[in-house]
This record gives sequence, C-alpha cells and structure tokens, in this order.
Amino acid sequence: MSIMKIFETMDYGLAPENTDEAMNWLKEHDRKFGQFINGEFIKNKKASYFDTSNPANGEKLAKITQGTQKDVDMAVTAANIAQDSWSRLSGFQRAKYLYSIARLIQKHSRLFAVLESLDNGKPIRESRDVDIPLVIRHFYHHAGWAQLMEDKLDDYEAIGVAGQIIPWNFPLLMMAWKIAPAIAAGNCVVMKPAEYTSLTALLFAEICQQAGLPKGVVNIVTGDGKTGAMIVNHKDINKIAFTGSTAVGRLIREQTAGTGKKLTLELGGKSAFIVFDDADVDSAIEGLVDAIWFNQGQVCCAGSRLLVQESIADRFHEKLIARMSKLRIGNPLDKSIDIGAIVDESQKTQIAELVKVGVEEGAELFQPEITLPEGGCFYPPTLLTEVDTAHYVAQEEIFGPVLVSMTFRTPNEAVALANNTRYGLACSIWSENINLAMDMAPKVIAGVVWINCTNQFDAAAGFGGKKESGFGREGGIEGMYAYLKPKYERKLKSGKEQKPFVLKIKNSMATVDRTPKFYIGGKQARPDGGYSQAVVSSKGELLAHIGKGNRKDIRNAVEATTKAKGWTNTTAHNRAQVLYFIAENLALRAEEFSTHIQSLTGNNKKDAEKEVYASIERLFYYAAYADKLDGAVHTVPLRGVVLAMPEANGIMGIVCPDENPLLGFVSLMAASISMGNRVVMIPSQASALMALEFYQVLETSDVPAGVVNIITGDKNELAQVLADHYEVESIWYFGDQEGSTMVEKSSAASLKRTWVNNGKSRNWFDNKVAQGLEFLNQATDVKNIWTPYGE
Amino acid sequence: MSTIERNPGMPLNLDWVENTQVNTSAVERRAASYSGRRSVKKQHQAAWLLKALSCIDLTTLSGDDTVNRVRRLCNKAKNPVRKEILKALGVEKLNITTGAVCVYHEMLEAASGFLKGSGVELAAVSTGFPAGLTPFDMRVEEIRRSVAAGATEIDIVISRRLVFVQDWQKLYDEVKQYREACGEAHLKTILATGELATFRNVAKASMVCMMAGADFIKTSTGKESVNATLPVSLVMVRQIREYYERTGYKIGYKPAGGISKAKDSLMYLVLMKEELGRDWLEPELFRFGASSLLGDIERQLEHHVTGKYSASFRHAMG
Repeated sequence: MSIMKIFETMDYGLAPENTDEAMNWLKEHDRKFGQFINGEFIKNKKASYFDTSNPANGEKLAKITQGTQKDVDMAVTAANIAQDSWSRLSGFQRAKYLYSIARLIQKHSRLFAVLESLDNGKPIRESRDVDIPLVIRHFYHHAGWAQLMEDKLDDYEAIGVAGQIIPWNFPLLMMAWKIAPAIAAGNCVVMKPAEYTSLTALLFAEICQQAGLPKGVVNIVTGDGKTGAMIVNHKDINKIAFTGSTAVGRLIREQTAGTGKKLTLELGGKSAFIVFDDADVDSAIEGLVDAIWFNQGQVCCAGSRLLVQESIADRFHEKLIARMSKLRIGNPLDKSIDIGAIVDESQKTQIAELVKVGVEEGAELFQPEITLPEGGCFYPPTLLTEVDTAHYVAQEEIFGPVLVSMTFRTPNEAVALANNTRYGLACSIWSENINLAMDMAPKVIAGVVWINCTNQFDAAAGFGGKKESGFGREGGIEGMYAYLKPKYERKLKSGKEQKPFVLKIKNSMATVDRTPKFYIGGKQARPDGGYSQAVVSSKGELLAHIGKGNRKDIRNAVEATTKAKGWTNTTAHNRAQVLYFIAENLALRAEEFSTHIQSLTGNNKKDAEKEVYASIERLFYYAAYADKLDGAVHTVPLRGVVLAMPEANGIMGIVCPDENPLLGFVSLMAASISMGNRVVMIPSQASALMALEFYQVLETSDVPAGVVNIITGDKNELAQVLADHYEVESIWYFGDQEGSTMVEKSSAASLKRTWVNNGKSRNWFDNKVAQGLEFLNQATDVKNIWTPYGE
Repeated sequence: MSTIERNPGMPLNLDWVENTQVNTSAVERRAASYSGRRSVKKQHQAAWLLKALSCIDLTTLSGDDTVNRVRRLCNKAKNPVRKEILKALGVEKLNITTGAVCVYHEMLEAASGFLKGSGVELAAVSTGFPAGLTPFDMRVEEIRRSVAAGATEIDIVISRRLVFVQDWQKLYDEVKQYREACGEAHLKTILATGELATFRNVAKASMVCMMAGADFIKTSTGKESVNATLPVSLVMVRQIREYYERTGYKIGYKPAGGISKAKDSLMYLVLMKEELGRDWLEPELFRFGASSLLGDIERQLEHHVTGKYSASFRHAMG
C-alpha cells in the first residue's frame, strides 16, 4: 500500500515478530524432542510421538514424545537420587543456580516469547511483556528464597520429589511458578508440561543444562494426561502440584488420597468483576479487557462474571460494546494484536457450545464485527448480557473470551452474587470509595482480590484459590510453604490404636445418672438416632453413656457453625479474651478434669494434672496468637500495597487424636477458633466423655453459640460425613491411616482443604510439634489483596 | 477548511463535572500499554510520521523572538521536509505542511504575512500566557486584538486557581467569554495540567472548558515543569469522548511540551486512534505543541528512504 494511501486510511498495517530464531531452534532439534531426564535429552527408539502445532495457522511445529511409565520411572529415580544432595546444598549454593536460570532466560527472552506464542497462540505482546518477564521475576525472587531458607524458614525442610503438572494457557509461566519455589526449597522435580504446549519447557531444559544445574534436579517428561496420571500415582513422589481443570484436580485428590503425598491444586474459576457506580468507568472497562480478553480469556482467574451496579449498567454496557469493537484479533505474532488464537480446535468448540447454551437460555449475545483470520483457531470477544444466576453460563467456567454480565443493587448484593459460585479464585473490585472497596475485599470468597486493577501477578505475592478453585498458594512465603514440611514431621511415629476399656464391673454407675449430650449451637442436644454407647474407665467401671452421633447430628452441628459467622468477623482481641476465659474456667476445674483423665486413661494423678495444666497453657498460647498472625505487606513492583491477609478457613471439621484426651482436643480447638474458625469437633472414642465434660467449660466462657460443636460417636464414620459436607471448608483428621485416606478421598467432591496425620501420632506435650505456625497456617488461608494507589 | 461542526458549547452541567472519577493507577497502566499493544512499522510508520508532522503546531514562544526568526519558522512550517525525501516517499502531492505556527501576539502581523496562502494556521498564545494572571478585561481584549491581527487560532490559559477552589461556574464564565471574543478563530484552552496536580482536576477542568465552547483542549503552556504525558492525555481524551457521546460534538486535543521524539508522536497517534477513532487523526482535531519534534520526524523519514540513520544538519532548521 502506498504511503499516500496509508496517510488517508491511517491503518496499523502488519508488524510481525520475526520467528527465524525460534524456527532455527526447532530445526536444530530436527523438530523432534525427547524427554529431559537426569540432565540429558533422551530419545527412545521405540518412543511414540504426537504433534504440537501453531493454533494460529495449523502449522505443525514439532514432534513431542509421549511419556511412558518407563520415562516417568526414570525421571522419578533421577530426581530421588539428586534429592538428597540438592536439599543439602546451602541456600546460597541453590540460589546461585536459580539466579543463573533467571539470567539465562533473560538473555534468551525473545526466543522464549516467540516460541511460546507460536506454540500456544497467545499474542506476542503478552508472551513478551507478561509471561516471560514474570518467569524471570519468579526465578530471581526464588533465588532469594533459597538464600534465605536458613534465615526465615529454619524449622522447615524440603518435602522431597515433586511431581508437577501444568496447563497450556501459560506454559512457561506455570512451569516457573512450580519449579522455582520447588527447587529453591530443596526439592527435585518431575515436570510434565501440557501436551499442546511443551516447547518452551524443553527450551527451559536447555537453560537448566547451561546453568549447570545438577543432574536430576529438574526432569521434564512430556506427554498427555496418561503420563500425568503416571506421575500422580508414582509411589516415589512426595508432592503433587497441579494446575488445571477442577475435574482433573478432583481426580488427583482421589488418587493421591492416603498416600502421604502433599498436594496443592490450582483449578478453575468464575471470578467476579464488580463495578460500583462510583468507579472510574473507562478504567474499569480497560480492566475488563485485561480480565477477560487477556490470553483469549483462557485464564483460570479471568474476570468472567461482570457484576455492574444497576444504576450505571446500561451506560456501562454501551461503553463496553464500543470498546470491544476496537479489539484486534489475528496473528499472535503481530505486535498490534489484542487477541490471538485459541489453543486448540476442541477448546474453541467447547467455547462455542457454551455460548450457544447461554443464548438458548435467553442471554443477549454481542460479538463485534471483526473478521476472523482464516485457517486458524480464533474466537471473537463475546459479551452475554441478560444473564442471571440460574443460567448455565453464569455458573460454568467457559475458559474463553466470553464475558457474562449481571447487575446488582447494593454492596451486600454484590457480595452475595460474587460468592454465589462453586469457585473462589479471584475477584476484581472497582470503586473510588476506599471504604467500600476495603470493606468488600474480605467479604468476597477468593484467594486473590484486585482493587481497581485485575490480573496482577508477582512472585512475591501468593496466588491460589478457595473452594473448588483448589488450595495452596504459589508465590510469596505462602507459596514456599507449599514445598516445605516442618522438620519434625519426619520423626513422627505411627500411633497405637487405643482400644476402649472393657466393662468389668457391673453396677458401677454413680448414684446420680450422668447424661452428657452433644453440644450443638451452644446447646446440649440429644443424639438424633437415639443410640448411646458406654464409656468405661481404665478400671473397667461404667462411667457414663454418651451419644452415638449420626449424619444428622453432623448436619445440625454444621448448620450451627453457619450461624456463628460473627466469630469469624469479630475482633481478634475479642477471640483472645474468650480463649483466656476458657483457660480461666478450665483452671477452676483443674482437679475435676484431672480426675476424669485418670479414670479415662489410667494415668497417675501427676501426669493427669500435667495434662490439664498443659491444656491451660495451650489455651493461653493461642489466645496470645489470636491477634498476632499478622499477615504481610508483600513487596511487589507496584505503587501500592499487596496485603497478604490470613483469613479463617471458615467452617472446619476437626477429628481429634487418641493420645492425651484433653490436651489433644484443646490444642486443635484452640488453634482453629483462635483464628476465627467455627468448628465441629469429633473427639476420639477414648476421650469422648472428656470432650463432653468440656462443654461445661465452654458454656461458662462466653463462647458464642455454634463456634464449637461437639459430636461423639464412631470417629471415622462421622469424619466421613464432615469430609463429604459441602459447607465444611476444611478438615483436620488425627486418627488412623484408614481414616486419613478416607478423609482425603471424600474431600475430593468439595475440594476442601485437608490436614491428616496418616496414622502418625505426636506428643501433644511437646510445644515444637503440638503448637505453632504449622497449626496456624492450617487454620488460615492467605488472601492477597492488591491495591494500587496514587492520585 | 474544516469538515466538522464546531462545538457551540452548552450550559454548565455540574453533574457531569462532579461525577467525574479518575483512577490514577489504572490510567497509568492503560497509557503504558499502547506501546506494547500497537506497533506501526515500515511504510505505515512513514505515513504515520507524516501525519504527525501535519499535526504539529510549530511553536516559538521566546522573549528573544524577532521577525526574522519567525520568518524562518514560517518557511519551515510551509516546507517541513526536504523535497527529495518527499519525492522518494511518493507524497509530493500531499503538499504537506505543519498544522500551524504558534507565536506570541507581537509576532502575529509578521507571521500572518509569511503564511499567507499557505494553508498553515496561525495560532497565538493569549490571555496573559503563560500564567493568565493579567486583568480579566485585558485578557479578553488580547484575544480580540490577536484575532484582528490575523490569528486563526487562540491558545488561552485557564485560571488554575479556579480549579483548586472548584469554582466551575467562574471558570466556565471566563472561558465562555474567551470563546465569544474569538469569533471565527478557534479556541484552544490550555489547562496547564502539570500545575493542576491531580488527574481528577484535569478531567473536571477539561469538561468545563468543552461546555464553555472550547474547540481544543490542550495540556500545557510548555512552561510548567511537567508538560504533556500519555497518562494525562488519556484522561483528557476520555473526557473528549464523554463530551462527544453526550453532545455529538467533536473536540480537538493538543498535547504540548516535552514531545520531541518521532516514536513518542506515534504513541500519541495510537492513543487518539484507539480512544477516539480515525477522525481524530487530522489537524482539525489533533495537534502537537512542539518545536523539536519536527527535526526528529525528518530524520526518521530520511532513514526510511535511505536505510541509513540521518543527522540533523541534513535538514533545514526551523
């Protein structure tokens, strides 16, 4: 086109990024890649391959090896061999490798960016300006964590070999999010990139070689979901980290149940993007562009549900539609493109089908008149209005450039709508009223909240979800914990099952019948089923009959916790006061509890007294901590603050250990309620009577109704009901291996956080293992609230 | 001449002013994204640079200006690029000139003569430029005299103090009287954004000026410590869009001061195209207040033609 003509049209023209270097790199490898195991690329003659292609034009880029069981075995073996020496390196020594990796990626940043866009279809702008810089940042930042392990995480150590499975939407970035913290903490990894997008991971493998990373620390096995399953089920892997769909995450939860593997899951989302009438509307609309048309909307935390205040909704939609018409869709390698290609035809079909469902349900569809490039996998930016909560598209993750819009009237309604989802990953809040925005942030159920911004990420800030968006965090110190375990953990031994004592002495009942009931919603309640079981002392006397709880009792108890929300919202000072008061009242009845312990356990008076006093001390400990788990202000490259706020899990089920009937119970209850959780406690069979006696202490200590509920009965039977319960957000299980397995497995449906002991017992008198940060971290979830500022 | 319908102004609507919300961080993020989101290369870059050139208000506002200095500037405005470069680009037929020449009142008479028949507009800074603190009737009179002396465009400075006390009515009244004094000449209102301190102030003052009948809103006098920036431009052009959506009138935008690189000028064009559309890529709706930008554009154009980096002495100084 002549300059004269362009002077008239003022078109952008084409600005294609050069792909020569990336193509050369593919050619150097004969467009065929093996597995990266033990520091070397291995090509097996019998290997089968699949194609990876450029979704923007269908061009085949290379052949990728389909990982076999043998490949996975080799990789896991290599990682296990490397594990010991890698974790024993000093922090500084590990930091040097991470630093080298960061530097080397920086040096080859454009090659990485081009390769990523070729393989994935995302605009070069994004791979160049977002993905790769963040990858580099992650390795720099985590070089720092490696360095500071001894300083800041001295009570923790590496978990071991981590199996990591990542999705195709941010191939290299997700890899960095997983590998950087894992190896910084001293773990070795077996990483499987997504089958659509393996190329940058393989280029990264070369970087590991260049950095001189010891063999076996990073192993990369390519393949499809079958290869992923081999990693998940490998017995010599200690930790699984998965990012991907909720359905696969659930499967992994089930498959790893009871294996002792630590697990973090970063899954789907349907994140709300809330616009109040006092927002900077133009900026909010640009925010939406970054929220739902970033990476073609193939983002787990995409702001895919627009909630706009009714008073401005019409005008907002008009402006949004005008903005959408300006979006440019096309060749991802063109530097003037906003929206690139959908990763694969199957994804595109799925998006189109969901949009069709939305329209059939009554949604109004808007797609700007943009001609889509031919021969590639493209889908236009899409807005669905007239959508309501009952519509399928308002609830299901579409994972494409499709925004659904709903309206709200009041802040409370905005919260209710935002939380009306199975997911809990992220939320954007737009308002120029700081009171409103800061009030909303804690109320939305999400791992990440962005105030007047969206899709902000940094290595220093934690990222991760709640509910069916998974659990665990990536980034920040909260992300480091995902690859660490307390040092004491390796010393824990399997517990002995404590069999109930046998009734030997008939007619031993006290003269006045004692009827300990359940404790539900601040009231004593009879068992729903009408069954009781005998409690027998160590001497064989019948001490009392206690209720045998069933699923309805659990249901009632959970319902009571839902009504006790005030406990979570009250001040930490207030919670501390209540805990101190519990301690005070327990002290008043120390002698009585000492007697109970003696008769229940057969321990002598001295030991029993010791347990009572340890329990009082533990209550003091968590009363002290109630207002001291401060969270953090993360140091991210932003003018603003990122608040890392520890929040209560919410409703918890706690299954108590057999050891130390009073101390075990008190330790877990105090830790959880000090952080604002409301709990359903299942005492061990052996100590059930003790727990029921304890409600008299609770009743006299100003514990609000529903904060602590106690149900006795068959421990594992009741634990199962709790694990299955969708309202219960987290469960702690201290019991046998069988119960641990069951709890993890049953939690898969709701994807609740679990903390199980796998049959290991701990000494509840030992402060090192029976209290502290591990308990507090398990009782809370970190919410990262991003608030840029500046006027 | 102009193909757009001139903004007649409207009664002051305080609701539009008071409800203005600007989130500084979000504005900065968006402004920073243009360079990553849009790229103009090769032929297109040359065409875009020519467009930028045609939107320049070639300016001299110095105490030591003389008639001969102004003549040199006017001749540069009429012949901004060496003929052989234009030929090589195939754009001789464009008869390209800068958008205007911008001077103080005293230089108008001379400039008017030099520019006669060239199609280059003649702009005068006015109303006690740059501080705007001379007596109000004298400011109005200054406009009248400049128009009489041949100015086709008047760049006024607003009373910044009225923004700080939020006296929108008084600001509106002042600008409205300036507009009346302009008659047929176009009114550009300089906000001195670097002095208004907040984007919110800038946005509100922009809206008041447009309601009062401004044809252009302009960032700076060039004398403030902070002049035109992309973020402040975004704030102002969003207000232009808002005014257009509400009234149907298109207001022009003039960033001034601090834009000296060809590459930067492209980003401003991108901003205009993205936020307002193609119509705003013409001198009737977009100007750069700049003096050294032209030189860099000439060098880039020569580079486009020869493939070799150029030097400033190869181009006539303005």
